[in-house]
Amino acid sequence: MADDRADSHAHDLACVEVVEIMTDYLEGALPATEARRLERHLGTCPGCTEYLEQMRTVADSLGGLAEHSIPAEMRDGLMSAFRGFRTR
Amino acid sequence: MARPVTGQHNDELIAALCRADESAFATLVDRHSPAMVRVAMAYVPTRAAAEEAVQETWIAVMRGIHRFEGRSSLKTWIFRILTNVALRSGARERRSMPFSALAEAEDTGEPSVDPDRFLPADHELFPGHWVIMPARWPTPEEGLLAGETREVIAAAIAELPVAQRTVIALRDVEGWSSEEVCEALQISAGNQRILLHRARSRVRNAIERYFGAVEEIDYDAVTAEMMDDTAKNETDSL
Repeated sequence: MADDRADSHAHDLACVEVVEIMTDYLEGALPATEARRLERHLGTCPGCTEYLEQMRTVADSLGGLAEHSIPAEMRDGLMSAFRGFRTR
Repeated sequence: MARPVTGQHNDELIAALCRADESAFATLVDRHSPAMVRVAMAYVPTRAAAEEAVQETWIAVMRGIHRFEGRSSLKTWIFRILTNVALRSGARERRSMPFSALAEAEDTGEPSVDPDRFLPADHELFPGHWVIMPARWPTPEEGLLAGETREVIAAAIAELPVAQRTVIALRDVEGWSSEEVCEALQISAGNQRILLHRARSRVRNAIERYFGAVEEIDYDAVTAEMMDDTAKNETDSL
């Protein structure tokens, strides 16, 4: 199969390439052969392993920044627009 | 991260909205408006204009709810209306383009990490490998958002180009799925990932700068060690 070449003979990934495909990896969007190459690299590279961990931490940490409400004035405006709409 | 859970099922909400039920409307407004303001900000120049677009959207939702057929989720439908409204009001303010065009216009193709932190591509032994590699962050036990890093992260997100900021806000702050983001912003999965990657990379860089968490690799020492090992192996095999 022609595509097997990509796996067995491709050059090893360099860190400078790895940092560009981290999100594709975390999103499960890398083709399986690419993902295996990345994992092989991670197995020998503490820098990229730490980098991956940090990207994961960023992705997982931001939920706490969500605003759970809109300004009261805006909400009041929306509710009175709604009442106006209803009585028409 | 815990997400607010609302017990009311969408079908019930839609039925209640069709009856012009005020509490159903309030539930939906509270659930979606914060993210709607974020999305609208991608199309209009000010927060005030974004809030106006959100208001106009809710009125359009009320007008159109009887025609909603459930072919998409209610959320997707609401955000599609918002996108159209925001595009139109952006056009009035002479600042308006589809999100995909905005993303393209903003894309500078910048690398995720400063290229000076890697060995050059023609390095004999370790081409493109870290010279200044990331080190473990001294994250407080309560997480990154507990201490001063919260401000650092919020500032980093605020400084992002608007398309990147919108995507990271929806994915990582609001917790949307990639499909929902693609649908609401009318972008491809690939473009969504590029924007998300650039945004997360910049936020990661900001946190790293704040912590000063890097470690320089002494390649002279690494090379010397390798030479030693080779010499030792040769002696051993004699």
